[in-house]
Amino acid sequence: MLTTETKNEILAELAHSETNRMACIESLKIAQRQSGWVSDEELCEVAQLLGLTPDEVDGVATFYNLIRRRPVGRHVILLCASVSCWVMGYAALRAGLAQTLGVEPGQTTPDGRFTVLENQCLGACDHAPVLMIDNDLYRDVDAEKLGDILARYA
Amino acid sequence: MAEFNQQSDPDKRPLTAKVQPDGRPLSLKDCEKAGGYRAVRAMLGGMSPGDVTQRVKDSGLRGRGGAGFPTGSKWSFVPMGDNAPRPKYLVVNADEMEPGTFKDRLLLESDPHQLVEGVIIAAYAIQADIAYIFLRGEYVLAEERLKTALAELRAAGLVGKNILGSGCSLEVHLHTSAGRYICGEETALINALEGRRANPRSKPPFPQVCGLRGKPTIVNNVETLCNLPHILNNGADWFKGLSLTPNGGTKIYGASGKVRRPGLWELPMGTPAREILEEYAGGMRDGMKLRAIIPGGASTDFLLESQLDVPMDFDTVAQAGSRMGTGTMIVLDDQTCPVGMVHNLMRFFAHESCGWCTPCREGLPWVEKILAAMERGEGQPGDLEQLARHVTALGMGLTYCALAPGAMEPLGSGLKLFRDDFERHIRDKRCPWS
Ligand SMILES: Cc1cc2nc3c(=O)[nH]c(=O)nc-3n(C[C@H](O)[C@H](O)[C@H](O)COP(=O)(O)O)c2cc1C
Ligand code: SF4
Repeated sequence: MLTTETKNEILAELAHSETNRMACIESLKIAQRQSGWVSDEELCEVAQLLGLTPDEVDGVATFYNLIRRRPVGRHVILLCASVSCWVMGYAALRAGLAQTLGVEPGQTTPDGRFTVLENQCLGACDHAPVLMIDNDLYRDVDAEKLGDILARYA
Repeated sequence: MAEFNQQSDPDKRPLTAKVQPDGRPLSLKDCEKAGGYRAVRAMLGGMSPGDVTQRVKDSGLRGRGGAGFPTGSKWSFVPMGDNAPRPKYLVVNADEMEPGTFKDRLLLESDPHQLVEGVIIAAYAIQADIAYIFLRGEYVLAEERLKTALAELRAAGLVGKNILGSGCSLEVHLHTSAGRYICGEETALINALEGRRANPRSKPPFPQVCGLRGKPTIVNNVETLCNLPHILNNGADWFKGLSLTPNGGTKIYGASGKVRRPGLWELPMGTPAREILEEYAGGMRDGMKLRAIIPGGASTDFLLESQLDVPMDFDTVAQAGSRMGTGTMIVLDDQTCPVGMVHNLMRFFAHESCGWCTPCREGLPWVEKILAAMERGEGQPGDLEQLARHVTALGMGLTYCALAPGAMEPLGSGLKLFRDDFERHIRDKRCPWS
């Protein structure tokens, strides 16, 4: 369920948007900040605030890579899978994540701490391979550095 | 954070002149001291919108988003005058999701004011009322810095109503994307801004006439817009003189892959690829040889080592059988499997196909599966012919937008240039590199 705070944030977004529909993606992103994904119930609440049907909003939500319609862990790891990272050691990094966390891309650790997702090019190709955890970008990452990086996220 | 190690040189490298050693952007005050917004002040003080468009036409500036369309001509399709539909829009394409491309990140993070100054100039030229900056969602540092810059500008009266008392107004909004490569295609981007699924629109009507909310809209790349203050300040001839070839200006080039010093450099347009890779990127790492490059993002054809003397500009790279694209080169070394590299690219395109038209929606996953099987050692006789059929069937004009034809550029050229490697995968029933 969306909190009053989240709803107010969406309403504030609507207030300075040219049309309600134009605030659709931003509203979904605001809703997602609550728990990292958007549940059916929350999607319906967003639709109601925007004056759109739930189907319209879900059509938008499911189109975009960064809107999630399934639960995720407390922290989301975006592993860059694009070409420069592939050349520079994506496979080893993916294996390192699998070994450290016991999960493959698309999965969440049993303790709910991390979800690992593959992402398209993160645009830091001069420091490949890279990954993002929540809003933090890590560059020149290798399997050895992973332990220290992951330890920063409870 | 983007890194940049060239010395500041406003005469030769205008786009990066204000990049600080620590990568932090200048405050509005310091930016103005360093010449920022001088072009906007001069423009509002005495140039007509037509003058601005003419100056940009004369400079020969071509779009840095990949296609190289002449910027001034693009603007001139926008209806002008009192009877033009309103509001008109100027949209910044800051989606930068082309694999291997990281040049706009540098411009956005290290000098957001330069971009916004470009936005004000372009908006004035087409008499736009509202501007949107369409920023990819993962660029969180750029988002923070753009927000700061916009707040400073609002407080100073440089954006908003009646800019500097000129009677011109421009609202500038920042939209952060929720991620999808197709959003970079300008009509898909417009749908995304409208809060819809980002499927491309049919053209015509072109966005210049009927774009965002059905109104005249110009979509320009970040690097394109960043050139505008300098063209206004220094003139069209100066801009042309920066370049080694008839395609004017400088270019932010980049290199990634197993070179000694991957990075970004602002260099004269038309600098040969070999010079960029050897002098600036430091050549290959020890024990490695360069085999080929993809010159400008994932949707450009491979060029072989023997073709590296090509000057990197729009026209010459096209004559060499590829495209300059975004000018950020991805290097294939002799110890990396070319089939695996093409597979990685096709996996990207298959995932990012928007699903609107059949050849792309069905064809790209098919291509991806064939290549995945080949990499696993399960390639079949006839696979190469099947791949070649896709290169033809997904070509320019046969799909709804340029995503699929772009995807076919590395596939088609890869099949030609690395034929032996593809055949060996099938014959030996394994990837020779694994
Ligand atoms: C699939 C696809 C993705 C694109 N992605 C981008 C992008 O991320 N950034 C960009 O500036 N242009 C991108 N373009 C090109 C834009 O459609 C458009 O040509 C460009 O933004 C125009 O700006 P310019 O004239 O300043 O180059 C893409 C095109 C296609 C077909
Ligand atoms: S070519 Fe691909 S991305 Fe473009 S409209 Fe067709 S399905 Fe969508």
